[in-house]
Amino acid sequence: MFNKILTRARTMSPWVLHFDCGSCNGCDIEVLACLTPVYDVERFGMINVGNPMHADVFLVTGTVNHRNKKVLRNLYDQIPDPKVVVAIGACGLTGGIFREAYNVVGGVDKIIPVDVYVPGCPAKPEAIIDGVVLGLEKLKK
Amino acid sequence: MSKTIIPFGPQHPVLPEPVHLKLTLEDEVITEAIPAFGFVHRGLEKLAEIRDFHQMIYVVERICGICSMIHAMCYCQGIEELMGIEVPPRARFLRVIWSELHRIHSHLLWLGLFADSFGFESLFMQCWKIREKILDIDEATTGNRIIISVCVIGGMRKDISPEHVNWILSELKDVEREIKRLETTIMTDYTVMKRTVGKGVLTGKQAYELGLVGPTLRASGIAQDMRMLGYAAFNEINFEPVVETDGDCYARCKVRFRETLQSIDLIRQAIAKLPEGELAVKAKGRPEGEVISRVEQPRGEVFYYIKANGKKNLERLRVRTPTFANVPALLAMLPGMWLSDVPVIVLSIDPCISCTER
Repeated sequence: MFNKILTRARTMSPWVLHFDCGSCNGCDIEVLACLTPVYDVERFGMINVGNPMHADVFLVTGTVNHRNKKVLRNLYDQIPDPKVVVAIGACGLTGGIFREAYNVVGGVDKIIPVDVYVPGCPAKPEAIIDGVVLGLEKLKK
Repeated sequence: MSKTIIPFGPQHPVLPEPVHLKLTLEDEVITEAIPAFGFVHRGLEKLAEIRDFHQMIYVVERICGICSMIHAMCYCQGIEELMGIEVPPRARFLRVIWSELHRIHSHLLWLGLFADSFGFESLFMQCWKIREKILDIDEATTGNRIIISVCVIGGMRKDISPEHVNWILSELKDVEREIKRLETTIMTDYTVMKRTVGKGVLTGKQAYELGLVGPTLRASGIAQDMRMLGYAAFNEINFEPVVETDGDCYARCKVRFRETLQSIDLIRQAIAKLPEGELAVKAKGRPEGEVISRVEQPRGEVFYYIKANGKKNLERLRVRTPTFANVPALLAMLPGMWLSDVPVIVLSIDPCISCTER
């Protein structure tokens, strides 16, 4: 009974933490565009929070590099379970156009487990919202 | 008084990008700020050794997603100069139109983030709502919202059809009307004035000596704008740089606000003069020699140094971006300010970290 209420609360108002992990800003501004009136994810109860300890969904954009992989791991560890990780953009998936650069480790999944992959360069706001909704399905289970 | 050290970033709600500032405080007043960079460093300049000079256009576009078209334009101008290519007039005017569209969307994005930095959430939402119209124009004319990829060496890949021209003009009219509706809020609102007037003042002399660029410099009373060089088709349209004299966060806000309206005017001028003709000339051969190419980004002057030796790959590509030039201003402004003013001052230079670190 208690778990049921908890799951419902979690999926009806997922709080989102966004971390730019070495992207070109393209995906970041699309993530922010999701919050603004035209796409307005707040109608689904999503709020962008700054504190990882408040978050349920972790949105990561961009490639991982040797300097920020520690930061990424750190943020991931601070998010309480259960959590969903959404990797956004071609760089977040595999490294994209930067994959051959010397400071690039590769996709986000090399450092932390990823639940949903959202392709695109940059991914459109519709696709990002879709990705988060897919992630919530996973949170229900 | 004992000293406190507060880390600001790399993950901070007010910054969309990771940058780290180590702030030394006495009570609530900042005495020293030390930046740490490198969280977004990818090593794009080195990719010039793997990708050929045509493919590099797509790499330089992804130096920064916000002003991607302007990076590509700067790079293409440099290579065109090396190869001695004359760009067709229609392509030059199209470059003006798309680069000014990018400037409007970048400035609106900044106005929104700036409002958000002092907690004015509704102004943030309004600015971003207007910005979506500009992105719609990008999407309709090129097929993508942010990274539009229209520049090629020798001209443009996409054209703006006559039906689109009329639609763009009517959309711009809406955008202009809505931006003007925000004018009283941005210029006279108590909240905005209280948080921005007199914060982070830089005199013209200081700004010049620190080597600042773009709106940060122009807000201190120095009229320096790379568009005055007349690249693309800026020599054929009327252009006057926007200058303010106070040098504080409020003045920087005013410069960017007025530039947004000016860009709409520039697009109208460019559309009115848009000549007929072909879009691109074929780029034959390979570049050789070295060249410096400069254009004005929304954040200031971007500088490309290109060295080629007649091979498929460039020998060296060096990019110096506006935020790199503006960071010294940040370090000069922060000491003596309150901790609560840090987000406002940091955002007032419009930092673009992915540009700076590449």
